[in-house]
Amino acid sequence: MSLELYLLLAAALLTVGLYGALSQQSIVMLMMGLELMLNGVIVAAGAFWFYASADRPDGQVLVLVVVTAMAVEMAMGFAVTTAIFRSRDVDMVDSATDLKD
Amino acid sequence: MVHTAVFAVCAAASVAAGVAVFRVDSMARATLALLASFVLAAITLLLLDLSYLGVLVILMMTMEMMIMIVFMIMYMMNPAGLMPMTMVHNNRGALAISLAVFAALVTGIFLVPWPDTRPGTPADPTLQLAEAIMGSKMLVMMVIGMVLFATMVAATVLSTARGRYDRYGDRLRRSRPDDPIRGGVGR
Repeated sequence: MSLELYLLLAAALLTVGLYGALSQQSIVMLMMGLELMLNGVIVAAGAFWFYASADRPDGQVLVLVVVTAMAVEMAMGFAVTTAIFRSRDVDMVDSATDLKD
Repeated sequence: MVHTAVFAVCAAASVAAGVAVFRVDSMARATLALLASFVLAAITLLLLDLSYLGVLVILMMTMEMMIMIVFMIMYMMNPAGLMPMTMVHNNRGALAISLAVFAALVTGIFLVPWPDTRPGTPADPTLQLAEAIMGSKMLVMMVIGMVLFATMVAATVLSTARGRYDRYGDRLRRSRPDDPIRGGVGR
């Protein structure tokens, strides 16, 4: 195993998530894409810690921050989905284009 | 050798499960595929001596995906996956952008001269993390705490159907709340 292999895995996860975030119409599926992207960041941060700076805790702290970001993203995403669904029956990103105007 | 084999299997399966999220028809299956992707990626973290963070990711994602299944079934029009459906826009564009980003990242991965010498792993990585967040990195932990608290408040406010302004008026001056069904014994 090497740092490059781990970064390849991270890049693959990130791009699969990016595809989902860009292409999905459902808000919930879009959030799944975002979570996959963050998963790639977790793998990359863990690998950087192990292969480049295992003597310092920074990489581990970064993983902790990203895990928290994931939890916050899911909680806020579902709250916003609930709010917009309740007020306007919208569950697709194509119907929520108010900021575009 | 065993480590490499486990990593290869987990990495390939993790990416495959990630792709499956956007290929399957059933929303519950998509969520479980996402869970599989997270758990398999966390196993690769376990191979890096990150036992605490690996287990943390596995436990957190299992709980998170169980909650997510409920929301998926609530909000999707085809939760059981009984009929094929695609809910994508600009599929080709998204695919092209993703592939271009992947190509750029892979080029970067193989062009950057990463450090050759690996610093020694601490005897207990969990102890290293614990001492960091209770010492030199305490600010990070304090900010995380505040952010999580703000998230709880904001998520509750956003998902509440009838807040206090609906019940007590814009100036909160109403003496009795305006509820569709009044509470209490003498309603």
